[in-house]
Amino acid sequence: MRRGVLFNATFSEAKQEQGVHRTGELYGQFQTLDQQKESATFGMWIFLVTEVLFFGGMFLTYTINRHEYFTAFGIGSNTLDITLGTVNTIVLIMSSFTMAMAVWSAETGKKKLVPLFLILTLGLGCVFLGIKFVEYKQKFEHHLIPGRNFAITYRSSHPAPGDDPKEIALEKEEVEKAFASDPDANSHAQLYFSLYFAMTGLHALHMIVGAGLIVWLIKASLRGRFTPQYNTPVEIVGLYWHFVDIVWIYLFPLLYLIDRHR
Amino acid sequence: MPEHSEHVVSPKIYLSIFLALILGTGLTTWAAFRNFGPFNIVIALAIATAKATLVVLFFMHARYGERRTRLVIVCALFWLAIMLALTLSDYQTRQPRMSRLLSRAAHYAA
Amino acid sequence: MNNTPPTPSYEPPRDHYLISAGGHIRSWLLTTDHKRIALLYLISVTVFFFIGGVFATMIRIHLLTPDGVLVTPETYNKLFTMHGVAMIFFFLIPSIPAVLGNFLIPMMIGAKDLAFPKINLLSWYIYLIGGSFVLYSFSTGGLDTGWTFYTPLSSIYSNSAVTPAVLGIFINGFSSILTGLNFIVTIHTMRAPGMTWFRLPLFVWSHYATSLVMILGTPVVAITLLLAGLERMFHLGFFNPAMGGDPILFQHLFWFYSHPAVYIMVLPAMGVVSEIIPTFARKPIFGYSFIAASSIAIAVIGFLVWAHHMFVTGESTYAALTFSFLSYLVAIPSAVKVFNWTATLYKGSISWDAPMLYALGFIGLFTIGGLTGLFLACLGLDIHIHDTYFVIAHFHYIMVGGAVMGYVGGLHYWWPKITGRLYPEALSHFAAIVLFLGFNLTFFPQFILGYLGMPRRYHSYPPEFQVLNVLSTAGASILALGYLLPMAYLSWSMRYGKVAGPNPWPATGLEWKTDSPPPTENFHVTPVVDWEPYDYRNRPDLGLAAGAPLAPAHSDD
Repeated sequence: MRRGVLFNATFSEAKQEQGVHRTGELYGQFQTLDQQKESATFGMWIFLVTEVLFFGGMFLTYTINRHEYFTAFGIGSNTLDITLGTVNTIVLIMSSFTMAMAVWSAETGKKKLVPLFLILTLGLGCVFLGIKFVEYKQKFEHHLIPGRNFAITYRSSHPAPGDDPKEIALEKEEVEKAFASDPDANSHAQLYFSLYFAMTGLHALHMIVGAGLIVWLIKASLRGRFTPQYNTPVEIVGLYWHFVDIVWIYLFPLLYLIDRHR
Repeated sequence: MPEHSEHVVSPKIYLSIFLALILGTGLTTWAAFRNFGPFNIVIALAIATAKATLVVLFFMHARYGERRTRLVIVCALFWLAIMLALTLSDYQTRQPRMSRLLSRAAHYAA
Repeated sequence: MNNTPPTPSYEPPRDHYLISAGGHIRSWLLTTDHKRIALLYLISVTVFFFIGGVFATMIRIHLLTPDGVLVTPETYNKLFTMHGVAMIFFFLIPSIPAVLGNFLIPMMIGAKDLAFPKINLLSWYIYLIGGSFVLYSFSTGGLDTGWTFYTPLSSIYSNSAVTPAVLGIFINGFSSILTGLNFIVTIHTMRAPGMTWFRLPLFVWSHYATSLVMILGTPVVAITLLLAGLERMFHLGFFNPAMGGDPILFQHLFWFYSHPAVYIMVLPAMGVVSEIIPTFARKPIFGYSFIAASSIAIAVIGFLVWAHHMFVTGESTYAALTFSFLSYLVAIPSAVKVFNWTATLYKGSISWDAPMLYALGFIGLFTIGGLTGLFLACLGLDIHIHDTYFVIAHFHYIMVGGAVMGYVGGLHYWWPKITGRLYPEALSHFAAIVLFLGFNLTFFPQFILGYLGMPRRYHSYPPEFQVLNVLSTAGASILALGYLLPMAYLSWSMRYGKVAGPNPWPATGLEWKTDSPPPTENFHVTPVVDWEPYDYRNRPDLGLAAGAPLAPAHSDD
């Protein structure tokens, strides 16, 4: 055996393939399309398990702090705009529905409908992110971004011209009551908002990733790539999108609906 | 769908699930403005869980999928439960915090 | 190899994974072949092993005298932190799974590759990106929080480069998650015809359990470090008591991953040992299903014990009691494994090849490490030995004596498969013995030091501890030799070693039924499995000559 044959293959001998071959839609490591689909779907489910535990860590942090500082969490939650929150929940559920329909269209071979439903899903996702942005902007104006200038009392003491005076008076009373029982209510409300931004921010990040994936699906679906035999990408992006929806289904009551019956 | 093993869910089912989810959203918002005492959070989480279950079972096809998928879901929930339950077992049995004792003392003094 | 009658001489295969895609650097950096990715990992974890090893060496040199000879107290803090971070997150956790697991799992189950080859490559790149962040942190101010990143030290008070390190470990977590995901899906969906669950090699079972821990634990440490990083960057209060947060919550979340992470390190090593022992005892493994089940049991119970790291931090007494009790439970599946390995050796026809030496070393050292773990799980005793060198010795017996022994043993065992060449025999025996002696001399004195009360993470110590510390440092230099030797002769053997042939030991696994080195698609024909695992009695295809020293059939197994 000549020395050094292991690593010394010359460049001219180099082949183009880096791994196992791919034939059509079947990647080389698989024997059948069914096996390929089964693996991809299963892989996405496993990935969602990791997501459950990823968000789970934050839900745990939330639970412990909410239990400890219920009053402060209540006043924090009441500063959120319930209308925007509810509308956003409905928008997201709608996008889940259109996503499910996109999967259905792919499975039943309605090639025209696939991009249509995907575009609808993407549009609704963007509406959700837009509303989220408006909410973040409000919080910024009300000095509710955690940090040096955070002041839970800011809005009730500096009402903007458009604000409902009754609403402001109610908030003021509530904040004062909170400070009476918890002198550190400002710190604790800040904890609420740290969690609010961390949780909704990570959720929004997942939405953005999902939107990117949907753009990729739209491109492929316009070329008519998805058929009843091959629609795994639509199916597994759908799974991801529905999961992001589920996270919001929990975030909505936990963040927006604390102590609303003041 | 000949020679295709997977179950295709009809749009009718999707539509009714969608309507149920909207209904749930309305219900949870309505319930939040009523005072059920300590049960507000229970109701909110129960409705959220019901909604999430509908999404998993129908939108995500877990109802029609393989046993393996259900095993994965159960695992996720089980490990989430381990994390929550064992950590809370510490918080629920801790000595009361000094801050709480002080605020209680202030309460009685008032 | 004194066990196999006249060794035939082999020619290496004409085409195999190392040459078939060419030797150009691009063909390595863009490869999706699990075997090549395994080698990429082999190189990168070795680099981190060196970096961590340099820090370890400096720690041991510094502790030669009571006042420390080498560095300032601040630098000492950085040394042990960076040693821990490099070794745990960038060497131990990826070592066996990403190198040996990656190389072997598809071959052991008769598949052409993992289920997601591109994701496999992606996870190597993620590892590199995470590693670069951490190296950046090491070289710009270092890291002094301890590898555990306890808040509020890491989030507020530390002046070292915590943020890039935390980001690096956060990023690296995804590499681990993707590897685990890939393994689980592969084991579920890619098995060859006839490869039923209970015909899987125990190495695959232990990697299945490892992957469970990876996908269920890693995301939690990712979110924890993310929150701590956000707290540091934006002055938030999640874990800061001054702002109402709870630092103990950080510890709960951190150890929810980091205790099971110990099983990410040691379970794969147990898998390696379960392969080596039957091969060199020439006997079916004793209690196959018990060993398989105990891997899963360790993965599950491992998640129920984390707060035993926190007995003295102010968690509630009731929780501490519960966690102490649950911690004892892990001993059961671990003991099941040790007893089954021992029973496999009983009346076996044992040959003393290097992998076997490492495997036997593993059993002994892991047993000591495991039993001292029970000391630490005991509430009352833990108050005394918490945060002392007793703890250091305990987890080095598990991680170095266990995981690294398994890794080096596994490298020797599968080296002929990976490179097609045999390592030099006498030298490998010598290195294994040096490693074993050096290890014990380094860490056994630390048990005594800890029991006498020397705390961990201190840059100085009272003069009466000097003798034991000098012994430990002397042991460390022998240990270093024990690592350098295999590195040298294994690299040498890649070119100059004897050609191994497909099955040099011979062993029963599917990976030995193909060429060494294997072709890119692993098998020329998809294999069909019609034998039970480790069945040395009914495998005429292994080429053991008639009258070869096979173990006699025992009625007791």
